[in-house]
Amino acid sequence: MGAGHGHKLHYHGHSPVHRAPAHAKVLALLGFMLLVVATPRGWYPAYAVYLLLLVAVVAVSRVPATYLLKRMVVEVPFVVFAVLMPFIATGPRVDVLGVAVSAGGLAAAWALLVKGTLGVLASLTLAATTEPRDLLAGLERLRVPSLLVQIMGFMVRYLDVVTDEMRRMRVARESRGFNARDVRHWPVLARSAGALFIRSYERGERVHLAMLSRGYTGTMPPLHTAEHREHR
Amino acid sequence: MSTPVLDVRALAFAYPDGHQALYGVDLHVHRGERVALLGPNGAGKTTLVLHLNGILGGGTGSVAVSGLPVTKQNVAEVRRRVGVVFQDPDDQLFMGSVHDDVAFGPANLGLRGEVLERRVRDALDLVGMADYADRPPHHLSFGQRRRVAVATVLAMEPEILVLDEPSSNLDPASRRELAEILTSLDVTVLMVTHDLPYAYELCPRSVVLSDGVIVADGSTYDVLTDEPLMAAHRLELPFGFDPRTVRARAAG
Repeated sequence: MGAGHGHKLHYHGHSPVHRAPAHAKVLALLGFMLLVVATPRGWYPAYAVYLLLLVAVVAVSRVPATYLLKRMVVEVPFVVFAVLMPFIATGPRVDVLGVAVSAGGLAAAWALLVKGTLGVLASLTLAATTEPRDLLAGLERLRVPSLLVQIMGFMVRYLDVVTDEMRRMRVARESRGFNARDVRHWPVLARSAGALFIRSYERGERVHLAMLSRGYTGTMPPLHTAEHREHR
Repeated sequence: MSTPVLDVRALAFAYPDGHQALYGVDLHVHRGERVALLGPNGAGKTTLVLHLNGILGGGTGSVAVSGLPVTKQNVAEVRRRVGVVFQDPDDQLFMGSVHDDVAFGPANLGLRGEVLERRVRDALDLVGMADYADRPPHHLSFGQRRRVAVATVLAMEPEILVLDEPSSNLDPASRRELAEILTSLDVTVLMVTHDLPYAYELCPRSVVLSDGVIVADGSTYDVLTDEPLMAAHRLELPFGFDPRTVRARAAG
């Protein structure tokens, strides 16, 4: 299946981190995040320890660092905001490389940057080492309400379908000479987004019909014997 | 005569917005038959299909499946007996793996454990997709997804298989493979289609639905060679296809 196989965030492997039960990984991530967020921003050595811990987990999982770093671009908007903060914030000034910046802003930027980066890296590690459906099974074992897990399951299932639809709409737009270059083109994009929303909504209706046709009554029935689950 | 698998009598239905889709449809399908439901776009074919398993209702007339009337109380049993395969497999396959999708229907019927596993295995064997049980559906080809969609319904051991445009978007090889699967199944089939050669290949009998009424019901050969009828209901044979020459070739 080549590049299309597997989820885009998932890195196939058989390391101990990959094999660890999904619910344990979710709990570990949650605990780690709470710890990071709760740590006062002045405790620099603590952050070094967190980072080392995370790097150790990544090393054990054998997910290449470049793989994770590339996917860390989602953090860019936060980085931009963090970089701006020392310049925008008010209060006493300090000199950094000869530029006067706000001391409070600088500290806040540091906290945002370090906590955000640790969080994104930890989440990406979880995503890289856990198949989406194992993750869902893990959430189920953690007694997350079944309706929420079902909704997330549908999201995982239909993400590719909707992305593909979006891509086809873009190709169709561009094939008719459209190219979104400036603000004047935004109405077209907005209409496309609206059409995509309606299409997805209609698909939701059709999926529901198909579920009803197979006897769905509102709760997801158990689909596996314990034995089959272990085989996977 | 035995109880028909499908017994539709004087079925009429209007959508809540007032659009009348069916004006008194009568249709009987007997055990083991393969029937094509033909008709132009907007004839009411999908509306009729959604009545067969009780998704739509509330109009006049009646639908019975092997003698069981389609009513609110019977809806669970009716949906076991009538297996609908929808046109877009992406609508039908909504779980994370092929196995889970095929297990969904029988599990809703209350099957668990080894019995459920056997149903899933058997259904996937019938469509030749047993090796793909653990794959996510969106990684399969379109033809494979269509076959899995058929399996999701077969796993419920229906008395009648209702297929909505089974050949749409299939490449010729997938189309032929699906035809082979459908002819190999020992199940009553009602097939909604615009693909007239496919109807001729698979279904000895055809029913034409037009503007909410049945306007023809007979052997597929007779229907397809009745030129005034075909022209009156916007049915057209594809270029180069003539049932007469196909039959002559098959006979000779």
